[in-house]
Amino acid sequence: MKSRKNDLADAPVKFAKGVDDRFQAATPLRALLNKVFPDHWSFLLGEIALFSFIVLLLSGVFLTLFFDPSMKEVAYDGEYLGLRGTMMSAAYESSLHLSFEVRGGLFMRQMHHWAALLFMASIIVHMARVFFTGAFRKPREINWVIGVLLFLLGFFAGFTGYSLPDDGLSGTGLRIASAIMLALPVVGTWISAAVFGGEFPGELIIGRFYIAHVLLIPGILLALISVHLGIVFKQKHTQWPGPMRTNTNVVGERMFPRYAMKQGGFFMAVFGVIALMAGMFQINPIWLFGPYRASEVSSASQPDFYVMFMDGLVRLMPNWQIYIPIGNGYSLPPMFWPAVVGLGALFTLPMAYPWLEARKLKDNRTHNLLERPRDNPERVGIGMMALTFFIVATISGSNDVIADKFHISLNAMTWAGRIGLLILPPLAYYISVRICLGLQQHDRQVLAHGVETGIIKRLPNGAFVEVHQPLGPVDDHGHPIPLEYAGWVVPKKMNRLGALAPAVKGFFFPVEKPADVPVSPAPIGSEKREEIKSGR
Amino acid sequence: MTTTHHADQTGAEPVDVLDPHLTRFDIVKEGLRRDDIEIVTYESQFHGQNSKAEKRVVRNISLLFVIAGIAGLAFLVFYIVWPWEWELGHTLSDYYTPILGITLGISLLSLGFGILAWAKKLLPHELSIQQRHGEPSSDEDRLITGQTMMFVADELGVQRRPLLKGAIGLGLAPLGLAAAAPLVGGLIENPHKGEHPMMYTTGFHPSNNGGKPVRLIRDDGTPIRPDDVSAGGQMTVYPGIPHGTTNQHADSPTLLIHLRADDAAETRKNAEEDKNGRNVGSMWGNYVAYSKICTHAGCPASLYEQQTNRLLCPCHQSQFLITDNAQPVFGPATRRLPMLPLTVDEEGFFVAASDFKDTVGPDFWERP
Ligand code: HEM
Ligand code: FES
Repeated sequence: MKSRKNDLADAPVKFAKGVDDRFQAATPLRALLNKVFPDHWSFLLGEIALFSFIVLLLSGVFLTLFFDPSMKEVAYDGEYLGLRGTMMSAAYESSLHLSFEVRGGLFMRQMHHWAALLFMASIIVHMARVFFTGAFRKPREINWVIGVLLFLLGFFAGFTGYSLPDDGLSGTGLRIASAIMLALPVVGTWISAAVFGGEFPGELIIGRFYIAHVLLIPGILLALISVHLGIVFKQKHTQWPGPMRTNTNVVGERMFPRYAMKQGGFFMAVFGVIALMAGMFQINPIWLFGPYRASEVSSASQPDFYVMFMDGLVRLMPNWQIYIPIGNGYSLPPMFWPAVVGLGALFTLPMAYPWLEARKLKDNRTHNLLERPRDNPERVGIGMMALTFFIVATISGSNDVIADKFHISLNAMTWAGRIGLLILPPLAYYISVRICLGLQQHDRQVLAHGVETGIIKRLPNGAFVEVHQPLGPVDDHGHPIPLEYAGWVVPKKMNRLGALAPAVKGFFFPVEKPADVPVSPAPIGSEKREEIKSGR
Repeated sequence: MTTTHHADQTGAEPVDVLDPHLTRFDIVKEGLRRDDIEIVTYESQFHGQNSKAEKRVVRNISLLFVIAGIAGLAFLVFYIVWPWEWELGHTLSDYYTPILGITLGISLLSLGFGILAWAKKLLPHELSIQQRHGEPSSDEDRLITGQTMMFVADELGVQRRPLLKGAIGLGLAPLGLAAAAPLVGGLIENPHKGEHPMMYTTGFHPSNNGGKPVRLIRDDGTPIRPDDVSAGGQMTVYPGIPHGTTNQHADSPTLLIHLRADDAAETRKNAEEDKNGRNVGSMWGNYVAYSKICTHAGCPASLYEQQTNRLLCPCHQSQFLITDNAQPVFGPATRRLPMLPLTVDEEGFFVAASDFKDTVGPDFWERP
């Protein structure tokens, strides 16, 4: 009896031994369990993208079980009375079927669409985080390039997906895509004919987009995401400068259990938010748009937000056409500039940025510590310039809706966009550089003179001065000895120095409490640390 | 790898893990040392075991998990019993999707927050430092790898054997093309083929109708008499051929406009004064027909503003002046909307006297 019990208790050990005999797993597994991750809220942005991608895979597979990627004409006779008897493509019919006759189908469609929007939004914010903190610098340039490619692929994943239901909006989008192809010099008509299998729209495009949308693009995305994460794992995450943190170490917590648990919890939370949105907020109600017909379009037809900047650029482009009077004459339509040159530049310039910046700064060092945005005003200026350009273009992508809602003339909106697109980005550059310099200067001031206490002292001669709390040692006259800037937050309020309790203490209080933040990294081992005796 | 001599910079002394006096945490720390990790602080978030504060946190987390379970169950129940099939009007089934979202959302959020709270509030706080070891390989190793690769090249001996080099270049290159050809070749369609190339021909071309002029028809396929459109009114028309109203003829939708007399006179005058003169004689009485396909990117330019006689394209807001050959007057479009030459057949229905004289639709490189 006893020995049997022992056997049972030993089973996991025996199993583990067996695994290690065969795969030599123990040593690498220990390293994995022990791996240290730095923590900061901004490191979670990329995770949101990853989790939305997982939701996209799950919900997308469900959709494929019902979706019919065929452009065969059928007469609708489903549940939705508004379209009974209408001729439509089988693709559109099956999307309606998914929305009305499949239990929970509409929920899944909306979940898929909201997850797609969250995916793109979090990629954009994640990219901005990486850019403004200088996380793309050596050795992480390749991962930055992969990130830009992920955005590009997400853009095409979203566009192909948006086209699948073959409703009024997706057809309009396809029509414009075909016009963009036609705008390519020399090969335009050939490319468009090859993609659509002849004249627009033909009968093949939904099937072709379908295989691209459910297999090719997700496959490449999956591969790139794996490489992206693999590189993060291999190179180890960047960290902010701070106490004990150097360019050659990682300060944080071990992957298991705490870090991994937080990731798991966060995934559930992101999934939950997507589910809430999918249930409560209608998105892409295709039954209201009707089937695509070349002769019909509703006004205020909008693409998804991540395509809107393209639409905006196309709207703002003046009607400049280049004619080349050779032979029968050739022409370069205005569409060429925003859609082909613009889109091309949008994806190649960011890819090259890490090398351009390194070359300009003659900086070939390895950077594992992040840079506070204010410490590189020029980079912030360039980033803000790009962001402003993107935002003006995006707003212009819905200028007809804005004009309609606020009773502004449409032509005025277009002109405002044209002027804004030229004027605002340089202005954003200038303002953000000034702000960065101002912040830098203020940091240096506080380091030199101490924190403002808010206590006003009246001198014997009647003058008023504010009392400053020095951050470091003082000299013989009681004047603070100026401190070196350490690339990290300079405490500027008395409660940051522990003079007052932190104002809000909530669910997500910082890992490092404010009072712990010294001005410069303490040299390792300088303070006496308590020997840790037990696990609890 | 002899583990006890593992290089480490944490300064901790190696311990003998077989020593029976070691606690489990001691062994964990030895593992950390071997992975070059120093655990700087590691402390419980609570004073003493089973403190009041700890119990409260445990209670809250348990509550979150229970809520997750209840909401999940609610999701399941509603999923099964709630009426979900679409019905006309305002019915219970309208709430099916919101209920699914709310129950599933609450369930997942509670589960997520429960796990997060567990990690953040219950687990001990720790601060660990791991060395990166991001140094590049040693110069020696680089040299060895480089030389090894060169040696591989030597072994192949392509450099020494020019004939092989030539044979690879000339002999095998076609194989690469041959592999690409069936992938790409099948996709290629000549956009200019045939007697009536697709880029320049619409459904109104007589060749679609056995050489006879094509009638203008409505959406429902019925032909149109001039009386059917009142002055100031307009109508979308299609070529009266099989599938003429479908997307098979996506370039053909046309806007038939019955102009008021003074506008018609102005339109005719502008057509005659225009220097390319292509639109002369294309109107029929006070009727004019323009292609509905925007010359910018192909959306239907369908918003007709009566007061200004402008046609607005909702996609990028190009505006075309009806009374002046549908000249673009605002927005990104550069080309006029082509005019369809109109006439009336012996039965009194509108027909297209010929196909459009200009190319319909978005611009492209080789458009003459
Ligand atoms: C990054 C990845 C993806 C993005 C950004 C994306 C985006 C989209 C979007 C915006 C739509 C239109 C949704 C609507 O009907 O309102 C869509 C539809 C669709 N997607 Fe995806 N998707 C992605 C991945 C996938 C995957 C992996 C699959 C399947 C394996 C999939 C299958 C489908 C199907 C079948 C439809 C058409 C369903 C319908 O509208 O009735 N998607 N997608
Ligand atoms: S398609 Fe008409 S303005 Fe662009």
